[in-house]
Amino acid sequence: MNTHRLWISFYTMLRKDVVRMFRIWVQTFLPSVITSSLYFLVFGTVLGSRIGEMQGVDYMTFVVPGLVMLAIVTTSYANTSFTFFSSKFFARNIEEILVSPTPPWLMIAGFVAGGVVRGVITGALVLLVSLFFTGLSLSIHSLFIILGFAILTCLVFALAGLVNGIYAKTIDGINIVPTFVLTPLVYLGGIFYSVESLPSWWQAITFSNPLFYLINGFRYGFLGFSDVSLSLALTILMAMVAALIAINWYLIRTGLGLKQ
Amino acid sequence: MSSPALKITDLKKRYNNGTEALKGVSLTVPAGDFFALLGPNGAGKTTIIGISTGLVNKTEGSVEVFGHDIDKEPELAKAQIGLVGQEINFNPFEKPIDIVINQGGYYGIPREEAIPRAEQLLKDLGLGEKMNVRGMELSGGMKRRLMIARALIHKPRFLVLDEPTAGVDVELRRGMWEYLKKLTSEGLTILLTTHYLEEAEQLAKHVAIINKGQIVANGTMNEILALHKDSNENNGFRGGKLEEVFIQLTSEN
Ligand SMILES: Nc1ncnc2c1ncn2[C@@H]1O[C@H](COP(=O)(O)OP(=O)(O)O)[C@@H](O)[C@H]1O
Ligand SMILES: [Mg+2]
Repeated sequence: MNTHRLWISFYTMLRKDVVRMFRIWVQTFLPSVITSSLYFLVFGTVLGSRIGEMQGVDYMTFVVPGLVMLAIVTTSYANTSFTFFSSKFFARNIEEILVSPTPPWLMIAGFVAGGVVRGVITGALVLLVSLFFTGLSLSIHSLFIILGFAILTCLVFALAGLVNGIYAKTIDGINIVPTFVLTPLVYLGGIFYSVESLPSWWQAITFSNPLFYLINGFRYGFLGFSDVSLSLALTILMAMVAALIAINWYLIRTGLGLKQ
Repeated sequence: MSSPALKITDLKKRYNNGTEALKGVSLTVPAGDFFALLGPNGAGKTTIIGISTGLVNKTEGSVEVFGHDIDKEPELAKAQIGLVGQEINFNPFEKPIDIVINQGGYYGIPREEAIPRAEQLLKDLGLGEKMNVRGMELSGGMKRRLMIARALIHKPRFLVLDEPTAGVDVELRRGMWEYLKKLTSEGLTILLTTHYLEEAEQLAKHVAIINKGQIVANGTMNEILALHKDSNENNGFRGGKLEEVFIQLTSEN
């Protein structure tokens, strides 16, 4: 396929997924908006006033980037794992792409792009909702860093979700990782607290949690400071992107678990 | 000069569970042909089609589509084929018009070109009224015709149909055959598998019969019918004869 045709195929996959996510927005966008509203209400407004400040900013301001990140991570992961799994498992309409000249790497790009779009839109919605609770105050240190971290994080978790979708044999297989791995890593990755407030053994564990770096890099974009250096966070993010692309490349070469 | 639509050489397939589905199959579908691949359930027909269209990995052997090796030039090979698979494999929540247009997209056809083409195909196949309902609301025969429209959106030179008339009632089956006949008269090569032997007998130029992963007969329709072990030749009669050859060749012992 020439570049123009590759582009049309990519656009077709992405457009189809975006149309789908907007059609069922109650399932795709609303849940994150509702749960994050509850978090803002409980942690930000009710408990936040008792907590006072975290790293020198009021608690609500501190917690917003973390909750946006939570939404981004969970939705971009859920999007690729679910769309890939359901198109291979339920209707088997993944065959529509498999019989076409669309190369496997482009198919992956199409699914991942859908996950990135959903993650970015959901993140933006959660950020918008947060404005309601912060009385429209939002500190932005660097929009470039915010967007960069948001998009790269979407990429990481869309790729990871795809790996999950490829390996899953049953519908439960795509719920296990989010419940038992992803959610704990995000919650323990410093959404709600600064690592400074932890005992040293817990700090040590936190430093081995990759989500910790993503959340802190993202938070840096808003506040201009964080628990870790920006360059370290960026390096870890890049390493994750590279590792996941390598894994997906391997899966493509072995047939994505799609062909007998 | 022109390469055959499909050239399969010594194809073998062993599934992961150890099933030897194909034990060395060689088969040529000439360009412009209407080719029937017949065989009892489990003979390996769907496996041959799956390998030829990129849905199943082969174990050994080679496959060329209009001269393009499926390993060396998979994109060129795939671009020539339209597949109507044995199982319904579209998303039942999507609309027929979108299913067909998107399929065009996967072949690199821009929407503005795919839309009128998809509408025309769906009308030609009697789905003009159903373009905008959800796929799940179509009857069995309509689903099959939607799959034919989807397989034709990129104007393939080679249409492969795996049991397209299974579960389709007589009237509609006839309509479908007429449609396929019209397509071959326009130069499209067709390979199909079917259980309806009388129909195959009337339509197909070439026939191959496969049993337990091996080709047991292969030739023009007349050559195959000549295998009929009945000395009282009755030349005017065509119908039921293919069935008898089929049974002779595929029955146990
Ligand atoms: N995915 C699969 N895994 C294991 N065995 C399979 C699979 N698909 C088909 N088979 C086996 O391969 C053989 C050929 O099947 P198939 O090609 O579907 O035959 P047909 O289409 O002629 O009915 C059968 O024995 C079938 O059980
Ligand atoms: Mg079959």
